[in-house]
Amino acid sequence: MKLRQILLASAAAAVLAGAAQAENVLKWGANRDIGSLDPYSYGDSFTINVLNHVYEGLVRYNEDLKIEPALATSWEILDDQVTWRFHLREGVTFHNGNPFTADDVQASLTRVSDKTSPLKGNLPAYVSSTVVDDHTIDIKLNGTYPLLLNDLTNIHIFDKEWMTEHDALLPTDIGAGVEGYATYNANGTGPFIVESRQPDAKTVFVVNPDWWDTPRHNIDRIELTPVTSPATRVAALLSGEINFTNDAPVQDLPRLAAAPGVNVLEGVDLRTVMIGFPFRETLVSGEPNPFADVKVREALYKAIDLDLIHQKVMRGKSRIAGATVAPPIPGYSEELDTVPGYDPEAAKALLAGAGVPEGLVFDFSCVSDGLVNEEQFCQAIASMWARIGLAPKLDVAPRAVQTPKRTSGKTDVYTLGWATLPMLDAYSPLLQIFHTKEGNSGVFNWGGWSFPELDALIDAAGSELDTDKRLALETEALGIVKTEHIMIPLHQQPMAWAVTEDVTEMPLFPDNKPRLWYARIGSGS
Amino acid sequence: MLAFLIKRTANAAFVMLAVAFLAFVIFRFFGDPVEMMVNEQATQADRAELRERLGLNDGFATQYARFVTNAVQGDFGISYRNQQDVMVLIGERFPATFELVLVATAISLVVGIPLGVITAIHRNSRLANALQLGSIVGVSLPSFVVGIMLILAFSVNLGWLPAFGRGETVDIGWWSTGLLTPSGRAALVLPAISLSTFQITLVMRLVRAEMLETLRTDYVKFARARGIPVARVHWRHALRNCLMPVVTLTGMQIGNLIAFALVTETVFQWPGMGLLFIQAVTFVDIPVMAAYLMLVSFIFVVLNTLVDVTYAWVDPRLRDDAARAGANG
Repeated sequence: MKLRQILLASAAAAVLAGAAQAENVLKWGANRDIGSLDPYSYGDSFTINVLNHVYEGLVRYNEDLKIEPALATSWEILDDQVTWRFHLREGVTFHNGNPFTADDVQASLTRVSDKTSPLKGNLPAYVSSTVVDDHTIDIKLNGTYPLLLNDLTNIHIFDKEWMTEHDALLPTDIGAGVEGYATYNANGTGPFIVESRQPDAKTVFVVNPDWWDTPRHNIDRIELTPVTSPATRVAALLSGEINFTNDAPVQDLPRLAAAPGVNVLEGVDLRTVMIGFPFRETLVSGEPNPFADVKVREALYKAIDLDLIHQKVMRGKSRIAGATVAPPIPGYSEELDTVPGYDPEAAKALLAGAGVPEGLVFDFSCVSDGLVNEEQFCQAIASMWARIGLAPKLDVAPRAVQTPKRTSGKTDVYTLGWATLPMLDAYSPLLQIFHTKEGNSGVFNWGGWSFPELDALIDAAGSELDTDKRLALETEALGIVKTEHIMIPLHQQPMAWAVTEDVTEMPLFPDNKPRLWYARIGSGS
Repeated sequence: MLAFLIKRTANAAFVMLAVAFLAFVIFRFFGDPVEMMVNEQATQADRAELRERLGLNDGFATQYARFVTNAVQGDFGISYRNQQDVMVLIGERFPATFELVLVATAISLVVGIPLGVITAIHRNSRLANALQLGSIVGVSLPSFVVGIMLILAFSVNLGWLPAFGRGETVDIGWWSTGLLTPSGRAALVLPAISLSTFQITLVMRLVRAEMLETLRTDYVKFARARGIPVARVHWRHALRNCLMPVVTLTGMQIGNLIAFALVTETVFQWPGMGLLFIQAVTFVDIPVMAAYLMLVSFIFVVLNTLVDVTYAWVDPRLRDDAARAGANG
């Protein structure tokens, strides 16, 4: 005991001595704070993304967004086709020094799939797990399911002893009205350790010297500060108070790019912006619904001048999309990525042919705090539809107001952005948006459509373990989505990060998630 | 006096209940917190279940009654977004807001009173007119514009002061203060100035009006006739008689400043209660919104009640009026 204390003290002294030297500090100004230190507490991809620096999954995405081993070194599907065996990495320790074993994996999977967990939807196929030995675990699924690894990238592994000790084996249940230990404390295996946290002010991470992987980064310390006001965030970057932001406001990009000592990193997000239609008998107004006719949907597609939106509203920074998933997503096919071309006359003819009355009134629902420049492109599209003789009624409100209306079918035409997160596979929109609404499927099928042929393809893809065959099925399904114009894809939206020049390496990821274990700071060492 | 006190307290309690009622009416239009809490892959059944567990499916009256019952016992529940006890969350933010408001109030008095006296003494001079004009600008400029301009000038161009945050803080018991560290004091300057601009002009205009009144009174004329130095007459004798309404106004305005600090806090990412509230609105964090509204209305009610009681104590006529009105009504 004495010896351990001395060792701890000397370790602390060493850390302090280290702090006195030049440190590589990444001062990250985000547009919002993380909700909690508990990644299972709130269904929020930004929180999970940030906490991925502290907690890790069995597998992870590499720099090219391909899945690679992390806490598991290898895996295989057993003969019954529904059980996956994972071989775990040996010699990994949690930040508190506890060794990483199969018990920890089991406890974590149990925690995330508990009925009170807001994240249980992230692991839909999980049934149970069996610990084979300290470094082997079997995970049993509810059927053959090809995308388990994709799901596991976002399931962070906790230390079972630590959870037991602090009564955190279950996720924090807000309904029960008690706080959870994991909300304030963290203990993962990742490249960074949480040093301190003041909500809405600052969360500090320090490098984990005992990380199992060889670090590519040279960061000693990350200070995450939420700066919600965009103008203040830009000012803080210009004055050097922060040296990285993952949300550089689109309207300030020219100014940031022109400023000395600031580098803007621009790219195209994976998020595809789409317009959806109602398939119900009547519109919200009670009038008969013409949108169930594919000709009408095609007319509305042809009436949208995609180039104009790209040039004027998105300032030339978006990517015009013909397919409902972005090019990097498995299942994407270039053949499907074509646009019909702007042709208002043809659109009018289609409408007349389908017997749509002149001046048809319908709701067009957009979100004010949702996609990039959403309000502006909605206004543009509404006026383009007005030009072909329709009368869309634009309804713009915050997400929290619009979502309940959309899920309960109290809206006609609507916008939706889908990035396929966290799965990064075309199966994600196919299952969640385009499948008939039943059970776990079609949660975002707000229009209420049902195409049995499409469902059959999606279900087949969902149990096909051969990747090539599965992707072919997914592409075929996306083909039906396209010919039926179930949703109109508009564009992939732009994304921009900015760094000061002392940050020498900061790979930009199209899923808009910073992975700072790939970043480097140039100053000093 | 006792009857008066009881009546005022009952009034205050009624106001609080009404505020809670209005808050709950408004929350229905904020949207559905569950949609913000679950992730994209949650099924409709999961969402419905969470809504049930949070008690959001209960009727309006049930939710309101439950809130009031818990609130009376000091229990405002757990924040949906932070999963922390709401009272702890607000308690952590209160010192930040309070220090900001205190310093802004001090600035408004230190700057506003002399300016008011100067504009009153040198009425119609160029300086006074310029100050008057400036004060109109001060009243009409929205505080977020002032904040952004200050940030541009002092953080970006000059690099003297931080653009956001609270700097290093020191904990004294449960109270965290930024006043004891250099970075904490530096961080306080811009937000405090930005918050005080409106207040400065208010104090200045009030002092000016009162001074003009006082300068016309006989005792000022006699003092000047006795040969007391002009400066002494103005700054000592006249000014003193103007300060009573200024003190009242400042006390009443503290509630306002706490409530309106949320704009300044958003611009400067000042980790106070206002910022907490703004974020609660974005995430439909009903427990935090409800507690914040109750706290701010509580502060208002307490300040108003104190002022009323003080006035009644100072001026017995008010007391009698109140008693009579009570008897009649």
